[in-house]
Amino acid sequence: MLTLSRSNSPRRRVLAVASGGGHWVQLMRLRPVFEGTDIHYATVDPSARAMVAPATVHLYPDANKDTLLRMVLAALALAVIVIRVRPHVVISTGAAGGYLAIRIARLLGARTVFIDSIANTRQLSVSGRLAQRVADVVLSQWPGVAAATGAEYRGAVL
Amino acid sequence: MIFATVGTQLPFDRLLLALDTWAGLHPKVPVVAQTGQTSARYSHLTAIPQMDQDRFADHVSKARVIVAHAGMGTILTALELGKPLILMPRRADFSEHRNDHQRDTAAEMARLSTVTVVEDSASLCSALMLALDQASAPTLKGDGGVASASLLDALRGFIWSGERGRA
Repeated sequence: MLTLSRSNSPRRRVLAVASGGGHWVQLMRLRPVFEGTDIHYATVDPSARAMVAPATVHLYPDANKDTLLRMVLAALALAVIVIRVRPHVVISTGAAGGYLAIRIARLLGARTVFIDSIANTRQLSVSGRLAQRVADVVLSQWPGVAAATGAEYRGAVL
Repeated sequence: MIFATVGTQLPFDRLLLALDTWAGLHPKVPVVAQTGQTSARYSHLTAIPQMDQDRFADHVSKARVIVAHAGMGTILTALELGKPLILMPRRADFSEHRNDHQRDTAAEMARLSTVTVVEDSASLCSALMLALDQASAPTLKGDGGVASASLLDALRGFIWSGERGRA
């Protein structure tokens, strides 16, 4: 039934955004979700390309709240990526780049979901809290964090 | 081979120096470490400042035991491959990180059967001996590398639904 409804619906363009390290590993654990979609990835590390070939991988500079100039560059790069891909849906497992992509994509009408890292066992990350202001859905991977912050819990990457 | 990683951002010399000492006492066991930024010199382990993802995954897959800071990338990669994992969380009071979230992460991960959490070099050494013993009986299996079915279903629903604000 799922397959049937998919074949009748327009192809969904999905932009999946994650910084390097654990954020990218967590995104990779969501890959079954992207089957049947027109999937584009955005990340910070060119070696990610080999892992998801032949899917398109867009790169943006890695940044965090202590590197403001790089943050501006990341925002510009992600703006270009979002405008080029024109995703229907943006999914991010963090961190700052995911929040930025969601914020930009919302301006263009995409639906967006931010999945806070499983590393955040006691509170949402800064990116997750910022994403709560703009994303359609923010998920925590810990029920206690979800209950305390207004995020939703739908399971975890483990 | 024992593979150690402390990420590529902040230094974590407390773990690496303890491991270097252990490696000096156990010259038959090769130890390779992704050290990130470090000002220390290591005599007994092979120090590699930074690896790309392919090389990193290759080292994880070849290792008998993984020793690491409590960073999620390492934890998830080791779990996928079913590798015994010894975690030493970074501590903010030693300026090893901006906050103590690695200690929270480690406490949660300690529930998993393949994970041992250590706080100091003495417990690291005893955990290493125990893990090497257990690793010679290869009964561990990787967990398949995908998220929980409920999370995958929720995200599929989100992608294929037309409405806003529902997962």
